[in-house]
Amino acid sequence: MAEILLRAITHSYDVARGRRDRAASSAYALRDIDLRWRDGGAYALLGPSGCGKTTLLNLMSGLLRPTAGRVLFGDRDVTELDPRQRNIAQVFQFPVIYDAFTVFENLAFPLRNRGVKGRELEARVGRIAELLELADVLRQRAAELSPDQKQIVSLGRGLVRDDVAAILFDEPLTVIDPHRKWTLRRRLREIHRQFRHTLIYVTHDQTEALTFADEVVVMHEGRVLQQATPEVLFADPAHTYVGYFIGSPGMNVLPCDVDGDSAVIAGQRVPLPEDLAGRAAGRTGKLELGIRPEHLVLGPPAGGVPATVSFVEDHGRFRIVAARLGEHLIKIRLEGDAPVTGGDACRVGLLPERIRLYEDGRSLS
Amino acid sequence: MRFDGVDVTRTTAQQRSVALVYQQFINYPSLTVRDNIASPLRLRGVSDPGPRVRELARLLRIDNLLDRLPGELSGGQQQRVAIARALAKDADVVLLDEPLVNLDYKLREDLRDELRALFGAARPGGKPATVVYATTDPGEALALGGTTVLVHRGRVLQHAPALEVYHRPASVVAAGVASDPPMNIIDGVVAGGEIVLAGEIRIPRPAGGPGRHLAALGDGAYRFGIRASDCRLGSAPAGHVALRARVELGEISGSETFVHVRGGAAQTRLIVQHDGVVHYQLEDELTVFIDPDRLIAFRSDGDLALVAFYHSTDPTDPTDPSATAALAAR
Repeated sequence: MAEILLRAITHSYDVARGRRDRAASSAYALRDIDLRWRDGGAYALLGPSGCGKTTLLNLMSGLLRPTAGRVLFGDRDVTELDPRQRNIAQVFQFPVIYDAFTVFENLAFPLRNRGVKGRELEARVGRIAELLELADVLRQRAAELSPDQKQIVSLGRGLVRDDVAAILFDEPLTVIDPHRKWTLRRRLREIHRQFRHTLIYVTHDQTEALTFADEVVVMHEGRVLQQATPEVLFADPAHTYVGYFIGSPGMNVLPCDVDGDSAVIAGQRVPLPEDLAGRAAGRTGKLELGIRPEHLVLGPPAGGVPATVSFVEDHGRFRIVAARLGEHLIKIRLEGDAPVTGGDACRVGLLPERIRLYEDGRSLS
Repeated sequence: MRFDGVDVTRTTAQQRSVALVYQQFINYPSLTVRDNIASPLRLRGVSDPGPRVRELARLLRIDNLLDRLPGELSGGQQQRVAIARALAKDADVVLLDEPLVNLDYKLREDLRDELRALFGAARPGGKPATVVYATTDPGEALALGGTTVLVHRGRVLQHAPALEVYHRPASVVAAGVASDPPMNIIDGVVAGGEIVLAGEIRIPRPAGGPGRHLAALGDGAYRFGIRASDCRLGSAPAGHVALRARVELGEISGSETFVHVRGGAAQTRLIVQHDGVVHYQLEDELTVFIDPDRLIAFRSDGDLALVAFYHSTDPTDPTDPSATAALAAR
């Protein structure tokens, strides 16, 4: 096991195939990626379809070679090595197991490939089967298992080796029944606690990423926007896209000007904390104010900007109130039973310490 | 089966005024987006489908993609084309079978907002279509509003406005199916002056005290429902009852964290909601506080006995066209 470093990684499928001009930016699946994965950490790579996260995973496992940049495991440069030489285990969206084999033989397969046999093989398969609660089905054929059991066997095939540098998961819960997902999430956390492998988990689902990982890397259009803990991603998104992507609904992002100690949105002044106003002074880029629906107050005791309720979405345990502020629509998360109806005139308060400012998408905080 | 009073039981799909959208993104692969959307119009003999095609494409935000082939589009865009084509049929009934399930989480959220507005929109020369939207996600049913038909193992468990299904689940099973996370269910006994949950949590029943809405329950065994959002960690207002428990998992959505715990002598499983992001280690010990005022009582056979309250709000018409325009502009 070792720390994994990605240095100045850029990848283009087209350049690899000799198509397109290197200068054409649209040709790049990944650009300027510098990442460090600590030994034994649990990480998630989060982003929408097509953002480059699977490409990044395949560069680490060795299924792809980067167009430029280096992949290092500790001091060892593995950029030119193939997957077998890298000792990376990968779990895919769909279970990759041999249906005709028993569960035991499926788990034993990676070990036999490495010349492990006899009592040691039995012992190691037995230990993993115990941990994954597969002991009762070891003699069954894999074809007889449920989809989630099959996925656990896939996972077991990665864990059974004691020489893996990291285990990579590519949307591993896609085939799992929604009501069973949490038990698998728990299983993954238990495995991490027990084995302390470096685990890297790719998903487009924020709940999966934030639940699984100690640190989440948010990607968009081939770039890394932020690497941080779930708390920081929620409280201090480094980019407006991160604010939008994390949280349901995402952060409200409103174009604004900054005038002295206030932001001006649709002609309304919103007082800013002093240090934030200071950081915005003299900026020439496009300024936006970000605030989460959880940090807006409908009808504050004092202050607030006038708005009109547009519609109310009742989720039972809370309501999402959409209010129009000039030409902007802002979403407010409302707890409690206060009556609110579309068309109502209202005032919306912004919790000052929760306001974030962005210049050209990048946080000024 | 009747459509507007006409028996359609023995008619074919083609004979019914029905449009369908599936989980998979189904379009004609060799036709452009424009021709995909136009195809039902041409079948009906509309001589100039252009204006309606452009209108639908604009509604679904694919008007810049009209000359592309489906294979060149992202999943979300392909599904928008399939929905536009279904709407182009101008059918009386539109059936959608988990239309967003194969899309990215965030895209689902965006498209759901748009669909809700689209469904209420009037058709040319007629009233809005009847839309039946199949989903496994209770949140989606609530967000779309309207009427919910709760189906489980081939039977209808409940048929009521979406919020009523949420607040007044007809049975323990309905409570499990209609909420995400599922409602916590704790076995309990009502005996004389108190309610005992999970064999150890005692709730006295003085008149007017916490849980007073349960005063009407006669002595006997019940199953009590309590939502994750009506349980707390850390500290709690007076009147809440406590249970020591161990953490099984914290599921973090960003806006909130759902902490799965197992507690008490009966090893009762509970899910507790916490605002924002909180981290617990597996097996951490903590105290769960339950608000007796929010308990829902089911009879021991599972049918609803009493609900805590049913707060009725008046959600305004989500089809407000100005709201849609602003969402589209976002």
